[in-house]
Amino acid sequence: MRILVTVKRVIDPYARIRVRADHTGVETAHVKMAINPFDEIALEEAVRLKEKGDAKEVIVLSVGSCASQETLRGALALGADRATLIETDEDLQPLSVAKLIQAFLLIESCDVVLMGKQSIDGDHNQTGQLLAALLKWPQATFASKITPQGEYLEVVREVDEGLETLCVKRPAVITVDLRLNEPRYPTLPNIMKAKQKSLAVLKASEMNVDLQPQIKILRVDAPPVRKAGEKVNSAAELVQKLRNEAKVI
Amino acid sequence: MSILIIAEEHPSSFSAITPALVSAGCQLDKDIHVLVVGEHHAALAQQAAAISGVTRVLEAPQAIYARGAAENNAALIADLASQYSHILASTTTRGKNILPRAAGLLNCAPISDVIAIESIDTFIRPIYAGNARATVQCLSPIKFMTVRASSFVKAPEGTDVAPIIPVTAAFDLKLSEWINCESVPSERPELGSARVVISGGRGLGSAENFQLLSGIANLLHAALGASRAAVDAGFVPNDYQVGQTGKIVAPDLYIAVGISGAIQHLAGMKDSKVIVAINKDPDAPIFQVADYGWVGDLFEILPQLESELKKIL
Ligand SMILES: Cc1cc2nc3c(=O)[nH]c(=O)nc-3n(C[C@H](O)[C@H](O)[C@H](O)COP(=O)(O)OP(=O)(O)OC[C@H]3O[C@@H](n4cnc5c(N)ncnc54)[C@H](O)[C@@H]3O)c2cc1C
Ligand SMILES: Nc1ncnc2c1ncn2[C@@H]1O[C@H](COP(=O)(O)O)[C@@H](O)[C@H]1O
Repeated sequence: MRILVTVKRVIDPYARIRVRADHTGVETAHVKMAINPFDEIALEEAVRLKEKGDAKEVIVLSVGSCASQETLRGALALGADRATLIETDEDLQPLSVAKLIQAFLLIESCDVVLMGKQSIDGDHNQTGQLLAALLKWPQATFASKITPQGEYLEVVREVDEGLETLCVKRPAVITVDLRLNEPRYPTLPNIMKAKQKSLAVLKASEMNVDLQPQIKILRVDAPPVRKAGEKVNSAAELVQKLRNEAKVI
Repeated sequence: MSILIIAEEHPSSFSAITPALVSAGCQLDKDIHVLVVGEHHAALAQQAAAISGVTRVLEAPQAIYARGAAENNAALIADLASQYSHILASTTTRGKNILPRAAGLLNCAPISDVIAIESIDTFIRPIYAGNARATVQCLSPIKFMTVRASSFVKAPEGTDVAPIIPVTAAFDLKLSEWINCESVPSERPELGSARVVISGGRGLGSAENFQLLSGIANLLHAALGASRAAVDAGFVPNDYQVGQTGKIVAPDLYIAVGISGAIQHLAGMKDSKVIVAINKDPDAPIFQVADYGWVGDLFEILPQLESELKKIL
């Protein structure tokens, strides 16, 4: 099994998000960046599959600006074998990213693509499904357990009703959920070793892919703020207010 | 052109969600078709036909479309798509799984988690865990979108009954096989549609202590929810999780117990009408969104609240 893991560079999940005054997006200057948390989980799973002997090689791929090289180095330190950046300064949408990943798979054939279920900046939750559609591969989204079984992968999925188990034939696209594993921390020797690993850079504009956006972001606004209300000190007071003031019980 | 609504497949989520999708669809066009599939297709087709605004129901009885089979459903939707200007599914795990795949088959860019419709091609959706809202214009020839049901009123039952038309196309791609679904049956209302939700966090401390919420939930006919920390710690199953990566809820009353109020949790509940927070830390961020905050130890507060509620309910 050869696994491709996609990783996106995003604003750190615990950073404060501020909308730009001109409403074109959110402030990214001097904001802490991180690997998308779901992608870190996808990577951890791929590395574990390799450590168990189920996978031969783990390749990581990011689509983004030159700064994403840092994210890829981090992924190499966590155990990926090789990395590729498809470089672009555009903020590409999921469909374009999926097309670029598809084009990359023509260069590097892999039989499992492990991705995050969602990037925590755009919150799209689409790229894996779009890629699976383009490739006509099976998909198993929101995975919380992955068990290889020969040509198949048994995947437990977190769905609204509980936990669903699917069996998909390789090649397949799998998107991962938070409870799949607990990612490791990189060790210093592995950070050093990562510096020697291969990190290739391709240009998105040279991948022969239609990157024309089909979605225009017209503006970005701050959400309506909710005001803090009042404090209560007893059950009687709370119940009285819920009944007579808020009228919800 | 007409609008196609991908109905939910489970009877309880169907009634909680599909009428809201119909009302979203009615903001786009007058001709609303609903696609029903799955084990309960016959009963759901009847229900769909009775929703006000629905002009046609497409009923696909084939077992190959049941249990959310993403590949087969996406192929069917892509096959039907040319007659439609917009295709709407809900932001349930089912909708999020199927809809983008259908869009991808037709080289269209889907839009996720629509909370408001500005015009036939312009929509509002939350980004960054609800910390910002993007107004986006979709240039794709067919607009594929998942819609947050809690942001739209439910279409009522109508006076007319729409015709039900069988769908015969059979796309059996055999790409994946469904093995099973483990769900813990519950007598309680569903999290996504309950009028009252009471959620517990890490502060509850254990699965046993979650029982402290049950008495209050029974009195208020509430659904039980949880923070990610409570789910990760194994206090409750994964389908209880409220938040950016769990369920988005907007009940009339949301009671957060022993939950700090991380942005990822707030993303899932801050559109609730009234929020109550119980937490021993007066600086917990949850108090910034709570209409009524009670600072104190939940183990003392919950029994008092339960007995006070018993007096009036
Ligand atoms: C990518 C990503 C996605 C995430 N998605 C989600 C999501 O969907 N949903 C979600 O909830 N989280 C999500 N999280 C996690 C989130 O960041 C927080 O870690 C989580 O919400 C914390 O849960 P908590 O409030 O229960 O725990 P804590 O933050 O540990 O808070 C526990 C609270 O209980 C209080 N407490 C303790 N004992 C008592 C007592 N005896 N009486 C009263 N109060 C007490 C404490 O004061 C504290 O405020 C996500 C994180 C990431 C990175
Ligand atoms: N620019 C990107 N580079 C690499 N991977 C990406 C990129 N955008 C999305 N992905 C992958 O697709 C997943 C889902 O993203 P999204 O559909 O944007 O929510 C992410 O978790 C990543 O694994």
